[in-house]
This record gives sequence, structure tokens and C-alpha cells, in this order.
Amino acid sequence: MVSILDIIGPVMVGPSSSHTAGACRLGLLARNLVGGTPQRARIELHGSFARTGEGHGTDKAIAGGLLGFRPDDDRLRTALEIAEREGLDYAFEKTKLGEENEVHPNSVRITVERDGRSSVMVGSSIGAGRILVNEIDGFPVEVHADHHTIVLVAEDIRGSIARITTLLADDGVNIATIRVSRRRRGGDAFMVIELDEPPGDNVRDHIRALDWVRWAFALEKVNA
Amino acid sequence: MYTSLNAAITDAEARGLRLSELALEAESLDQGRAVADIRDALGRALAVMREAVARGAAGDLRSASGLVGGDAAKLRDGPAGPLSGTPFRDVLMRALAVQEVNAAMGVIVAAPTAGGAGVLPAVLTGLADARGLSDDKLIDALATAGLIGAVIAERASLSGAEGGCQAETGAAAGMAAGAAVEMLGGTPSQCGHAVALAQQGTLGLVCDPLGGLVELPCVFRNATGSAIALAAIEMALAGIEFAIPADEVIDTMGQIGREMDVRYRETAGGGLAATPTGRRLARERLYQLKRQ
Repeated sequence: MVSILDIIGPVMVGPSSSHTAGACRLGLLARNLVGGTPQRARIELHGSFARTGEGHGTDKAIAGGLLGFRPDDDRLRTALEIAEREGLDYAFEKTKLGEENEVHPNSVRITVERDGRSSVMVGSSIGAGRILVNEIDGFPVEVHADHHTIVLVAEDIRGSIARITTLLADDGVNIATIRVSRRRRGGDAFMVIELDEPPGDNVRDHIRALDWVRWAFALEKVNA
Repeated sequence: MYTSLNAAITDAEARGLRLSELALEAESLDQGRAVADIRDALGRALAVMREAVARGAAGDLRSASGLVGGDAAKLRDGPAGPLSGTPFRDVLMRALAVQEVNAAMGVIVAAPTAGGAGVLPAVLTGLADARGLSDDKLIDALATAGLIGAVIAERASLSGAEGGCQAETGAAAGMAAGAAVEMLGGTPSQCGHAVALAQQGTLGLVCDPLGGLVELPCVFRNATGSAIALAAIEMALAGIEFAIPADEVIDTMGQIGREMDVRYRETAGGGLAATPTGRRLARERLYQLKRQ
């Protein structure tokens, strides 16, 4: 659901809401995957991001997001220099993530590494600074990042949703939306849970400790 | 939030409310935020809009490429034209000012996007200042503009890469026109006609920035988009009705965007970007950018 504050906003450094502010948010989300500023990042730009990203400062915006700068942060203008100073080893490439009519024109694949952990996400800047992450570590997801979000992949067993929602309730966070899907009966079950409040670190750790959970991330809200 | 302007207008007229009141009520319910809190957030956006107008009007900014900057100041201080001394010229000046700030990587409010960020501040603050209206009225207008933009986002698009400039400065013109009509005392139905009148005038508008930079023609499209909004406001307040409802005009914009060739959707592959001069300027300026 669209908020009028997404339309009248965000307050941002120019020049492009999709190529600068949205790109910055995709960088912020990728940073989440390794729990801080990555030491290395490979950024593969697709479509309009690849063709016109340089003129829009898309490279500066993604690097700024990876450094933890928000879309209204003046430092975005010099983010590439700051990245070099702070030891973020970045590489930009142009790529084709799929056919024109299948992949959003403003899409990017970001691979991040930090302290031996690495993660990869594919996301798009879908207009007016809004973003959509479609894939994390090869798993299909749908994360808009306008809520705190937990994404996880689990074995398709009885009571799994109840266990997860109980953990969240015990932590005192309220669920805004929850989407559950699976590829086949007994196969991987995917959950995307949007929350009204940020979950505590212990919640993520408790979820990861469940032996039937294969993979889980807690992603911060990165929209204004 | 509403996904149909016609539904919002019907609700507003049935309940004797303004569209801004409906917008704030729906936003409050959707987001679980108090109306006063939402108004505060819109007030902060308004302050950034006013700062951007003032910053750009000073005339000393240049974009990274050097392609744009300093033109707002010409409308403020330059030779007179037939519309000097009217709100029309002042609105054009404000639209250029905000976009010159944006092109210089300054801070603006993306409303609905950065590429179309000049239209709303220009039309709304320009007309409010000409009439001596309060910031409260402007905050109401921003709420109405947000409702219109939300409907456009749902039914069509607010992205030049998806729908061309009709989805950026075109959408902004529709939002500004509907919001200004309410601010100036029009009915919800007149707001709907203003949206339709503004957007019919921008259907098919392509997104063709030189070198892919949000500079040329973007800066000037914000001025001409504002002019279309002013025309729509004047016509709607005069009681002119547009036969095609706003929702259907918005749907049409979305359809044209989906059928628009990729060269005309922010890729710098067609339109003015592909002219001999457009290509030459992009080549020279991008080369300069790389050397910086």
C-alpha cells in the first residue's frame, strides 16, 4: 500500500529518485546482509542502471548505501572517495540480468563480503525511491524494505509458522504482514514477515538456531 | 490509501470533506500514525521545498556536467516578458530553481520523483505566496497531491524508466493541479477535472535526458509541466469539465508507458538525447565527469 509520505518524499540528495535515492536504499539493504559495511562489494548494474547510472550518480549512491549513508546524506556526493578511504573495495560492472520485459530496467545484483561472510542480492529501484528485492542468496523473496523484515527459508513442517510468530510475539514485535509460500509439499517453505518494530538480535539468532530453518535474515527498514 | 480518484471524489462529496481530509484520514489508518504527525512530516517536506526554491534562485549553482544552472535567476532578474510580474513567471522561476538544485546533487523533496521535483513546490508555493495563503493550506495541498500521486502509482507509474516523462513531470503536473484547485477553493470534483486536464496535456511525453543525466531537458520540463498545471487549474476553477474521468486518463498514461519503446524511457537512446547536439554534449560532458 502506497503512503502519501512516499509520494511527497523522500527528502533526498539529487538528481534521481530511482537512480540515486532508490540505489542508495538498495546499498543500505545489501549492507544488512553482512551486518555492517562490507570490505568488498561487487555491483552488477542492469538495464537503465547500466546505461545511465554514471550520470545519475548511481555508483556513488550504492556505495554510499553500503557505507550506511541514507538518501538525504550530503556525503553521497563523495561516497566513492569515502569508500576508498574506509577500506570498502568496490567494483562496478555492467550486466544483463534477464530479458528487457522480465527484469525491471533499474536492477542490480550486489555481492557483499565482510569478515568471511558473503551474500548476494538482486533488487530493483521501482520508482519514486521505492525498492523491491527479488532474490537473496538465490532464494526468491519480495522485500520492499518499508518495514523491518524477516526473511527465512525453512523445511515445510507442521507448526513452523506458529513457532516463528510465537518468537516474535515473545519479543514484543507486531507483525504487519506475513507471506508464506512453498515450491512443493514438503519442500522449502519461504516466509517474508514485515514487522512494525525492529526485532531484537536475539530473535534472529533464535530463528537461526531452529534446526528446521535453513536460512534467515533480519533486514532493517530502509525507507524514509 | 485510495486507488481510484473517482472513488475518493465520490467519498469526499458524500461526506462533505475535502480530498486533503480524506488523504490524511486514509494515511492515518493505513500507517497507524496520528494526523498531526503526518502533517508535521509534510511540513518538513514543505520546508525543504522552500529551501530548494531559495537556494536555486540565487543563481550560483551548476550541475556536475555544467549543462544546467543559473536559468532560474534569469527569470527572477532577467529581461521582462509579457507575463513579468504575474504568478506565472514566478512559478516558472521556482520550478527551474528546484531542478537546478537537484541537478547539482543538492537536497530536494522527490515529489513524486527527483526528476519531477520542481513542479509541486513551484505551483503550490508560487500560488500560495501570490494569494498570501498559510503553510497550513500548503500542507493540506501536499496531502491532496500525495493522494493523487498514490493513485497514479497504483494505476500507472511514477517512473520515467517505466513510463517516460509523462509519469514524472506529467504526474507532477496532475498532482499539482488537483492540489492547487483545492487550495484555491475548488470542489473535489473540480480537483478531478484539474488532474485530468493536466495529464491529458502530457500524455505520451518521453523521457530523453542527454547522456542519461537528470539535467536536459528535465530542468525545463519542470517549468513547462508547471505551465500545463497552471492551465489546468485556471480551466478547472472556471468550471470547465473534462469528459474523460481522471482515473481513465491516468490508466491511459500507464498504457502508453507500457507500450513506449525503451529508447524513450530514461535510457538516453532516443528523443533529444539522440540528436546530434544531444549526443555531442553528452559525450563531451560525460568525458569531463570522468576526468573530475
